Amino acid sequence: MNKFHIITTIQTQLGDAILVVKRKSNLRIYIDITPHSLPDASRMMLKEFGARLQIATGVDTSNGLEVMYHWALDAEGIVITLRVLVDHDSPELDSIAPMYPAAEWIEREIWELLGIHFKGHPDMRHLLLADDWPEGNYPMRRNHEVTP
Amino acid sequence: MSKRTIVPIGPYHALQEEPEFFKLHVEGEKVVHLDIELGYNHRGIEKISESKTFEETIFLVERICGICSTSHPIACVQAVEDAGDIKVPERALFIRSAVGELERIHSHLLWLGLAGHFIGFNTIWMWAWRFREDVLNILELITGNRNHYGMMKPGGVRRDINKTDIPAIRKLLDSLQDPIKMFRDAVIQDPLIHARTKDVGILTREKAVAYGALGPTARASGYDIDVRRDHPHAAYGMLDFDVITCEKGDVFDKAVVRILEMFESIRIILQCLTQLEKVGGPVDTNPKNVSGGEGIGFYEAPRGEVFHYIRSDGGNRPIRHKVRAPSFMNVPTNRETVLGATVADATIILAAVDPCYCCTERMAAVDRNDGRRLLDTRALIRLSCEKTDRLMAETGFQGPTLPDFRE
Repeated sequence: MNKFHIITTIQTQLGDAILVVKRKSNLRIYIDITPHSLPDASRMMLKEFGARLQIATGVDTSNGLEVMYHWALDAEGIVITLRVLVDHDSPELDSIAPMYPAAEWIEREIWELLGIHFKGHPDMRHLLLADDWPEGNYPMRRNHEVTP
Repeated sequence: MSKRTIVPIGPYHALQEEPEFFKLHVEGEKVVHLDIELGYNHRGIEKISESKTFEETIFLVERICGICSTSHPIACVQAVEDAGDIKVPERALFIRSAVGELERIHSHLLWLGLAGHFIGFNTIWMWAWRFREDVLNILELITGNRNHYGMMKPGGVRRDINKTDIPAIRKLLDSLQDPIKMFRDAVIQDPLIHARTKDVGILTREKAVAYGALGPTARASGYDIDVRRDHPHAAYGMLDFDVITCEKGDVFDKAVVRILEMFESIRIILQCLTQLEKVGGPVDTNPKNVSGGEGIGFYEAPRGEVFHYIRSDGGNRPIRHKVRAPSFMNVPTNRETVLGATVADATIILAAVDPCYCCTERMAAVDRNDGRRLLDTRALIRLSCEKTDRLMAETGFQGPTLPDFRE
């Protein structure tokens, strides 16, 4: 499948899940999707399009907590980033680690640094921070204050 | 049924130069489960980066790793360039690829040496690191540094490669062909290496895909990915090279992939040098600022794809900078490869993904009075050869015939 065809196919299949599509360039596409469609969208990228999860990036913004899943389509040479936004109040997403071990570590990292809970994660515990790190203290949040 | 015990390797261990904690759950001699703990070396680079300007950030990411010290900067400048739509002159692209490939050769030689050391084959270790010196000398000639080259910047590179230096670089590269052939033959033909590495620590293609394995770890398992070819960047779209793959995914295949990749790297650098003789022009577009936006950059580091994401709000600092090194994806594959292995094989299996180590020191004997260097590389090789000759004469042992590197 060529580059342009595959992007259109993915957009069609995502359907109602899509909120915004941003084409940064022909090779870098950012698609905002609804949080509840994340598991299906991820399964589609992985199983139907053979995409590879490069990594997920979590960002604290004024609108909420953003998680970007960067999917590389190696055969076509493009990167499609699926972006979801969750509330600061109850940040929760479905874990994709049960179907894709590659996501296991990064979900642990996003949980401990940004405080997003991943439902159904097989092994949720601290990855980079100490085991006795205080609960509810998320260092990559904007309102995080360094205590001596 | 035998009783389960935990054999800890790390977090601080004489065999590891960096802290990481592997808990081997064993029943008898057999590993039945592996638990990996990390975070002993967490420096908060992503957070620090938010307080640095885009130019400073490149120096910061260069210090993530002493071995991949140009892979992170290449990925990072590309992320900045993607975010700010910054153009790069063609000549700079060839320089980026040339420096990146030199780094790959020195990194693979470093791994080969360590791998030899881990299986008790110290000759390989000494030979591999001896020839790694020649690569570092080329890097010093081009960049002024053996590690941490400080070459990359958004919009280009910081230093040009002088046309007058190119013949010397070619000569040094040519002199590397024979030693790498020697390693290839030594590894591919040696029955001892076969015994220790073939069918040991197998990562199937299916598992490599599931774990998102990268670089030689993926390619040794027949997972044919390489962002140099798949997502052309730097000068790779203009160069001719092969992506090396194997089928089985054992430690032996990982070694073979890395050794054969060094020939490809030499091929790539020679092509870059030819282009640098032809393509003139500036090596930097001197961008004044990075417009608001987001960008992704990656580079096929020696261990696999390095990934950087940058978001800019139009100011002079990134508001978010995500970094993912290849070991983040490769180290978890150990959970599969080490299962069923014996404790004795665990060290080489864990080392086969080439977890990142740092080596930036060197020894020089200097006359205290006038600062003159007493022993240079040649002198050390001469001493080593003389000692080998003396020992062989004393013991009457006739070893294999090796090339004489005294000249």
